[in-house]
Amino acid sequence: MAVLTIKDLHVSVEGKEILKGVNLEVKGGEIHAIMGPNGTGKSTLSSAIMGHPKYEVTQGSITLDGQDVLEMEVDERARAGLFLAMQYPSEISGITNADFLRAAINARLGEGNEISLMKFIRKLDEKMAFLEMNPDMAHRYLNEGFSGGEKKRNEILQLMMLEPKIAILDEIDSGLDIDALKIVSKGVNEMRGSDFGCLIITHYQRLLNYITPDYVHVMMQGRIVKSGGPELAQRLEAEGYDWIKKELGIEDEAVEQEA
Amino acid sequence: MTVETKLPFTQDYVRSFSEERGEPSWLLNLRLQALAKAEELPLPKPDKTKIDNWNFTQFRNHVVESKPLSSLEELPEAVKALIDLNEENKNLYVQRDHTAAYISLSEDLKAKGVIFTDIFTAVSEHSELVAKYFMKDGVKVDEHRLTALHAALFNGGVFVYVPKNVEVNVPLQAVYIHENPEAALFNHVIVVADDNSKVTYVENYISTNETANAVVNIIAEVFANTNARVFFGAVDNLAKGVTTYVNRRGIAGRDGRIEWALGLMNDGDTVSENITRLIGDGSFGDTKTVVVGRGEQTQNFTTSVIHYGKHTEGYILKHGVMKDSATSIFNGIGKIEHGASKSNAEQESRVLMLSDKARGDANPILLIDEDDVTAGHAASVGRVDPTQLYYLMSRGIPKAEAERLIIHGFLAPVVSQIPIESVKKQLIEVIERKVK
Repeated sequence: MAVLTIKDLHVSVEGKEILKGVNLEVKGGEIHAIMGPNGTGKSTLSSAIMGHPKYEVTQGSITLDGQDVLEMEVDERARAGLFLAMQYPSEISGITNADFLRAAINARLGEGNEISLMKFIRKLDEKMAFLEMNPDMAHRYLNEGFSGGEKKRNEILQLMMLEPKIAILDEIDSGLDIDALKIVSKGVNEMRGSDFGCLIITHYQRLLNYITPDYVHVMMQGRIVKSGGPELAQRLEAEGYDWIKKELGIEDEAVEQEA
Repeated sequence: MTVETKLPFTQDYVRSFSEERGEPSWLLNLRLQALAKAEELPLPKPDKTKIDNWNFTQFRNHVVESKPLSSLEELPEAVKALIDLNEENKNLYVQRDHTAAYISLSEDLKAKGVIFTDIFTAVSEHSELVAKYFMKDGVKVDEHRLTALHAALFNGGVFVYVPKNVEVNVPLQAVYIHENPEAALFNHVIVVADDNSKVTYVENYISTNETANAVVNIIAEVFANTNARVFFGAVDNLAKGVTTYVNRRGIAGRDGRIEWALGLMNDGDTVSENITRLIGDGSFGDTKTVVVGRGEQTQNFTTSVIHYGKHTEGYILKHGVMKDSATSIFNGIGKIEHGASKSNAEQESRVLMLSDKARGDANPILLIDEDDVTAGHAASVGRVDPTQLYYLMSRGIPKAEAERLIIHGFLAPVVSQIPIESVKKQLIEVIERKVK
């Protein structure tokens, strides 16, 4: 069973400290949700875990099954079993979705163990049908000209094709209508199992109606300030964040200007 | 470096060269007059590239003898890879340096009156037809020193003629092999699609040697007459020591269409000029060019579509990758002449730089002499986007492979247009080798 362990994580962007000591453990079989208002460091956490070059870890540790994630390049982190569904996936012209996915799968399997074309196509067809995606999208250039909803669905397609040990979903629900949200949730629920841990970052409780988390954390000022079960998300939906701020004596929850 | 401006060949030499081949008097005279002009005319002036010190004129071997091929199996592997050896009805011309080494045209096309032969055979068997098109309405002899020198000394090439109302639905392929390191190749290609006809011609230039200092001077003249359609594909892959001047010119008549897909992969200094003249009303020109520069080479690529007819459409798309210390200038010119109303000129140039020392300039130019037209251009010069790299790597793809994918993706819009599978595959392989 995979374990992602984050200890006392401090992260800076362009010299400004955004995360100020995050502690979190995500195990296979668990779904965690991190909630919080804009600008409290949620997306920074996801980017730091994946290794985005703009984010500098100044203190603390991230390990996956005891291996030091911070020592790994971005691609090594992915091959070790991490996956980040991005809030703003890149568009890359000239590379088809299918070619990209095959390259990604083969990078994991390593030379000599490549997936057969037949097996790949079968799996791709099956997952795309599950996510109610138009089969044409396999042959379109990677995310190019995709609508916001199509991009998010494509992130989940990659999740299902790559089968990581631990996935981080960064605001996968933003900009989705209810139908698209249901499909995206269906994809994540399909992945649920003892081999799969998930960290969902969102500021809408709505998503958690479809994916029930085991743990809910609230982030403010670059730290996790409160943790609980699914009932915490419901209380946030009903009452907002003010009660937490009051309880903890926080006046301004933000640490950053979100782009 | 000082460059000798005196030409290495005399009137007497050109006369005997022409007479040995039994050329008709019109061609002998054209050659002699051209040689005289070559002495006087200046070099071309490609925008933003200084070529005064390039060697276009000093070479020793104007003619080298090579053997014809008794079988395509004799070809080097690199050349075989360009050819579909299994195809029975090949429409293929292979030239080794200056020797027409292999020619094959299907019986079906012969019966329809299609001509596909080396330029010297064409001159002797179809003299009037060649005279009608040879450096008259396409490239003029006296444009500059290199066109004049070309006319005086051309020593290879093919002639393609598709009669009226004939549609050729299989590609004609020409492979020009630069074998002898000192051979100077002055190749002249003429492709004529007569009224209502259609043809696809694809050419490969390939070096099978390492050369220190060779000269290649290529002119291709392409004619799409009334309502005719020509697709012209090329992959140039000449070695590092070859200085190349290549001029590909298209002339489209009424409702004529010329489409180019050019893979310009030379490793040496190169001046490439590709002009499409849309003479007839309703004519159409589309140029797709892909370039990879590496090492120390300097290249200049000028692509131009000139609109004369009304309702003409011209499209220019160029994608270049520059690495090492390579320097390239990409000039794109859309020109709409007075009277070419309702025309549309569009162009896009993109340059991707892979090293700090590489240089690439994209210069989009629109010259418009008519009010009632539409036109647009886009140009960019940039580096591999770190966000794209991060995205690909976040799926487990190693950095080098991710870069390779981005570069291939960048060049794909042009590469995918090459109509012969084996040539497309080879272009992809050349790109792979060059960007590694």
